[in-house]
Amino acid sequence: MSALIRSMPLLAALLALVLFPQFGSEYYVGLLTRIIIIALFALSLDLLIGYTGLVSFGHAAFYGIGGYALAIAFQDASVIPLWQALPLSLAAAAFAALVIGWISIRTSGIYFIMITLAMAQMFFYFFFESPRYGGDDGIFLFLKPVLMVGSEDILKLDQENNFYYFALSCLVSSYLLLVMILRAPFGKVIKAIKANEHRVRALGYSTSGYKLVSFVIAGTLAGLAGFLEGAHSGYVNPSYMSWHESGVCIAMVILGGMGTLYGPIVGAFIIVLLQNFLPELTEHWQLLLGGIVIAVVLFLPRGATSLYPRICDLIRRSRRGEREPQETADD
Amino acid sequence: MIDSVLRTVRLNKSFGGLIATNNVTLEFERGQVHAIIGPNGAGKTTLINLLSGDLLPDDGEILFNGRNITNLPPNKISQLGIGRSYQKTNIFAEFSCYENCWVAAQSRLNTSMRFFRPARQLKAVLERTERALELCGLSSRRDSRASAMSYGEQRQLEIGMMLATEPELLLLDEPLAGMGSEESLQVIELLRRLAADHTLILIEHDMDAVFSIAQRLTVMVNGRVLETGSIERIRSSQAVQEAYLGVAEDAV
Repeated sequence: MSALIRSMPLLAALLALVLFPQFGSEYYVGLLTRIIIIALFALSLDLLIGYTGLVSFGHAAFYGIGGYALAIAFQDASVIPLWQALPLSLAAAAFAALVIGWISIRTSGIYFIMITLAMAQMFFYFFFESPRYGGDDGIFLFLKPVLMVGSEDILKLDQENNFYYFALSCLVSSYLLLVMILRAPFGKVIKAIKANEHRVRALGYSTSGYKLVSFVIAGTLAGLAGFLEGAHSGYVNPSYMSWHESGVCIAMVILGGMGTLYGPIVGAFIIVLLQNFLPELTEHWQLLLGGIVIAVVLFLPRGATSLYPRICDLIRRSRRGEREPQETADD
Repeated sequence: MIDSVLRTVRLNKSFGGLIATNNVTLEFERGQVHAIIGPNGAGKTTLINLLSGDLLPDDGEILFNGRNITNLPPNKISQLGIGRSYQKTNIFAEFSCYENCWVAAQSRLNTSMRFFRPARQLKAVLERTERALELCGLSSRRDSRASAMSYGEQRQLEIGMMLATEPELLLLDEPLAGMGSEESLQVIELLRRLAADHTLILIEHDMDAVFSIAQRLTVMVNGRVLETGSIERIRSSQAVQEAYLGVAEDAV
């Protein structure tokens, strides 16, 4: 399949997202902003699960830290300058990922899952039981960040459309950033680590360093998502870091198709939209949601997004007459 | 005094009650092909694993070019110039043949912690990859998925990956295992070519291949070195006749 046809749905989706605020109501722009933020969160986890082979069950910790850094530093501020708040959140998430990653990457497989879960739970209970930081009530933020040059406001995020475009550009630039590093020498090494870590070490790479850097990049991007969610909702609480949040994030990655970057974004759209509209159909909507996830995993093991290349392939083969696809590797 | 590239001094390794490597002191001469033979369970692969850092010895020393590498991890040992191929095919199954060699070739960069420029623009890595593919005879199979290649081709790729790291000393653990006779001949030819400017340490059960490539032999039995020396010396050794070559038919 040519690169153009392959990236067509992606470009169409991007165009639709860019144009959406011109037509959609404020409610839906707000909903879509939330989905974009969650999609960024899921995208960041794909670097770990889909490319490095690290199944982190504690990714929500960095999401929460990104949000809490903003809320704690600026809860009483009279103005939230974006260029102070954003780097602070990113640095806090990156630092936490460095520490948690440094400890966790010593383990692998099921132990890695358990240790990342345990680490995230420690953060969860720390904030849950810290009255200083609002305990289980969390922290409210009454202002939105503002981008200022001198005393001039360039970008005020208190307008829904502005926030929407800001979140969208964060998602797009994170996506492009990941595409870039996956094509670079670093990306080749982490993909090889996922495939066969032992061999990568035998070839002369110190694999733990690469895994740690990957963990920190993913954690920082999750922190960016947490920053956006905190700023957007104006409310940060311990549930940002709950294991439930980490679990839903994994489900989005797998549902959409891990190791694709766009898959987790689609997965986030599917799950958040279902969470929004299924409850209108039945009060047992969770049951329905679970059924849908199971169906996708069973019938599309490479994720919902694998449907498109499959359809393209079917059309092409029926045009040329039935023939098996050639055994060549994808780049 | 021979010019040794690698030397082991009283190397020991046991697994529980099993002594896999028992007081092994060996010298490997620069530029020579040194084969290690012995019946199954003699401790040959364990010895290779100790040399490559995949296993740590209980005690003893390993010296590479005079430097103590006894407790170094596999990645450091690889960076010093010791490459190894595995007996059980150990490749990146879902990568293409080319990508497998690429990852190996890229390991010789000062660092792969590079995040901006696309990897494919690195000319030096590209050349190393091409050379390795050419040497192991898989240039025409470059885009094939490794898991879709024949067993023999996967074994060739295994060697190609090792070569892409441009090692000075090659540790080859049964490179001919499971190969057809045609492929075997190709690989033997390749090993002979490599022997011109590398030092090879070779474990192999195919005695014809061993006698045709190797200059020195070490016979191991039960984790111990039974005899080591030139081919003539091993052939005429009474102890080897009794312990190994006499009953070698089942091991060939």
